[in-house]
Amino acid sequence: MPLIEKGRITEDRFHRVSDDDALPEGAPVLVGVDRFLKEAEALKSRQAPVGVIWPNDRPIAEIEPYLGQLSLIALVFPSFRDGRAYSQARLLRERLGWSGPLRAVGNVLRDQFLLMQRSGFDQIEAIKEDDAKAFDEAVHRYSTFYQPATDERPSLLRQRLGRTARPE
Amino acid sequence: MYVYDEFDRTFLAERVAEFRDQVTRRLDGALNEDEFKPLRLMNGVYLQLHAYMLRVAIPYGTLSAHQLRRMAHVARVYDRGYGHFTTRQNIQFNWIKLDNLPDAMAELAEVGVHGIQTSGNCIRNVTTDQWAGAVPGEFDDPRIWAEILRQYSTLHPEFTYLPRKFKIAITAAGHDRAAIKVHDVGLRLHRNDVGELGFEVLVGGGLGRTPFVGKSIRPFLPARELLSYIEAIMRVYNQYGRRDNIYKARIKILVHEIGAEAFAEAVEAEWEAIRDGALHLSDEMIADIRSRFVYPAYEALEDEPAEFVAAMGDPRFATWFANSVHAHKVPGYSIVTISLKPVGAPPGDATADQMDTIADLADAYAFGEIRVGHEQNLCLPSVARRDLPELWRRLDAAGLATPNVNLVNDIIACPGLDYCALANARAIPVAQEIAKRFADLDKARGIGRLHINISGCINACGHHHVGHIGILGVEKNGQEFYQITLGGRADEQAQLGTLLGPAVSYDQVPGLVEDVVATYMELRATPQELFVDTVARLGVEPFKERVYAAH
Repeated sequence: MPLIEKGRITEDRFHRVSDDDALPEGAPVLVGVDRFLKEAEALKSRQAPVGVIWPNDRPIAEIEPYLGQLSLIALVFPSFRDGRAYSQARLLRERLGWSGPLRAVGNVLRDQFLLMQRSGFDQIEAIKEDDAKAFDEAVHRYSTFYQPATDERPSLLRQRLGRTARPE
Repeated sequence: MYVYDEFDRTFLAERVAEFRDQVTRRLDGALNEDEFKPLRLMNGVYLQLHAYMLRVAIPYGTLSAHQLRRMAHVARVYDRGYGHFTTRQNIQFNWIKLDNLPDAMAELAEVGVHGIQTSGNCIRNVTTDQWAGAVPGEFDDPRIWAEILRQYSTLHPEFTYLPRKFKIAITAAGHDRAAIKVHDVGLRLHRNDVGELGFEVLVGGGLGRTPFVGKSIRPFLPARELLSYIEAIMRVYNQYGRRDNIYKARIKILVHEIGAEAFAEAVEAEWEAIRDGALHLSDEMIADIRSRFVYPAYEALEDEPAEFVAAMGDPRFATWFANSVHAHKVPGYSIVTISLKPVGAPPGDATADQMDTIADLADAYAFGEIRVGHEQNLCLPSVARRDLPELWRRLDAAGLATPNVNLVNDIIACPGLDYCALANARAIPVAQEIAKRFADLDKARGIGRLHINISGCINACGHHHVGHIGILGVEKNGQEFYQITLGGRADEQAQLGTLLGPAVSYDQVPGLVEDVVATYMELRATPQELFVDTVARLGVEPFKERVYAAH
C-alpha cells in the first residue's frame, strides 16, 4: 500500500512485524499494541526505531508513558466510516504534545485525506494507488475552513477578523 | 436574514466540485456503492425506493424569496414540479437523477443553498424556532448561535464520521418550538441571575426505536463557551459512542448506558482542557456573526389600521387571522403561518408554482423572508398588519390559506411507504384520510389544538412519539398495522406518548382517531382544556376502554 509522508509518496522504512515474528535486527519496526505493551521494557533498549499501531477503541491517554520511546504512532481506521482515530489524533497532538510522525492506517480513502491532515496526521497509508496520487488535489480542495483544528489554519471567523489561529 | 459573503460562496462552489468528482468516480467504478454512500449522504443524497432524493438544508429555517424561487426552479427542471418540507427544516426533492445532481447542486449553491450534512453520521443542519428574531420575549435571536454552530460543524475534520447522526436544536423563547428535548443536544438560551446570556445544555434526547427525553447536564453555560462545550460533548461521543450496533450508536444510548451524571463528568473534564483554547468565542467574533444578520427596516405602524379592521368583518379572513397569525415583537406587524396542509394533500408538499407564489408574496409583504418550521409549514415572519387582508386574498387564491394551523388537520407525517426505502407502512394516505374526516374546520376549531404525528416506521421521522396522538406504522405478515400513542408532546414539557392498546389495521386508523377525539370532547374538563392536558389528567385508560369497545 502506498505511503504518503508529508505530501509525497515514499517508501515505508518501517517493517510491520506481527506479534509472533522475530524483530529484524537494526531495522525500524511497527508492532501491534499488545506486543508493544508486553515488551515495552525490552523495546526500550532496542537501537532501531519502534512504532506502535494503537487501536481506536483503546483510550489514547494510555499511550502517554510510552511517548518518549516511540518513533511512530499509527492510528487505525478499520472502516473509513469509523472516525474514532480523528479524535485520538487531535488528543495526541494537542493534549499529549506528540510531535513525532502520526500515521493513518486501515481503510483510508482520498475523501478522508484532508480531514486526516487537519486532525494532525502527517503520514497516510492509502488503500488505493490512484488515491495516493491524488493526494495533492484532495488536500487542496478547499481554500476556506470554518473551524480551527490541529493544522492551525484560521477558522473563517478569525480569517474575517484578520486574525491568526492563536487563542485570545 | 444571514448574508453569505465570498468565503461562504467559495466554500459551496468547492463542495459542489468535490461532489461532482465523487459522482464521476462512482460512475466510472473507482468508488463502489459502499464507499460512495457516506459521501453522497453528507451531501444530502439518498437512494430511495424509486430514485435518488436530494435533501437541502434550510439553516435555522430561514430562506430568502430568491432562494425559494431557486428551489422552485430546481423542482421544475430536475424534479417533478414539487418539493417536500420536512420536520427538520429541510426540503427534499424526490426524483432527481444521479448525473443531474451536481448541476442541481451548483444552481442551488449560486444562491447559498446546499445539502451539506443533511444526512450522514455528522452534525446535521442545526434547527431552531421558525419565529426566531420576530417573536416577542426572546432572550436573543437563536439563529446567531445556530449560525455559529453551522460554521463550526461544517466539514469538521474530527466529527464527520461519528458513530451516528447528530442533531442540535436551539430555543430562545419561553415556549419551545424547536423540540429541543428530543434532539441529541438541546440548547435553551436564557439569561442567568446577573443577566448574562447562556445555554442550558440537554443531551441524549431523541426518537426512533429507543426514544428518550433529553437530560439536562448543565443549567447554565456562558454563551461564549458554546463551541468548546459542544466540542467536548462531540469528542466524548466520538470516542465512546457505540460502534458495534447501528441501533445503539446514538448519543442517547451512551448517555443512558453510563448515566447522565457520568456523561456530564466526562464532558466537563474534556471541556476544562479546551475551554480557553481556539474555540473560545470573543465578543468580536460573536459581534461579527451578529452583524451579518440583517433585520427588516420596520416602520412605526398601528396595530389596528383601517384595512385590517375592515377585513375583520369578513368571517373567512377573521378565521384565518385567528388561526394563522401570531403577535410580532414590533407593533403593527404579525407573524403569518402558511399551512402546507390543505385537506387531502400530502403534508408538507409545495408545488413549484406555490413556491414561486410564496416567494412573490414574501417580496411584496414580508421583506423577502420565509421560514420553515418543524411542523412542515412555512411562515412569513414579518408582515405589516395593514397588508394582512391583501396577503390573505392572494394566499387564498393560491390554495395556501387553509386555516388549520395546530388543529387536528395540521398533521405531521413522514413520506412513508410511498417514497421511503425504510418504511414499513404508508403515512401520507393515513394523514390524508384523517384530515378528510375532520374536514369541517368549524368542528376542528371546536376540538382545539391537537397534534397528530404519523411515522411509517420505527425510525420516527414523523415524530409519532411526541404527537398528542401518535401513529406508528408497523408491518405484520406483509400487512400494515398501526400503533397509537396518546399524550406525547414536543414542547418545553416534552414527553413521550403512552401506547393506547394493540395495533389496528390500516382501515381502522381514521375511525379510531375519530373515536379518540370524540372521547376527549366528552371528557375534557372545559372547552379550553387541550387534548394533551386531558390525557395527562386522566391517563389513556378511559380512551382505551371507549376505543377498543367500538373496534
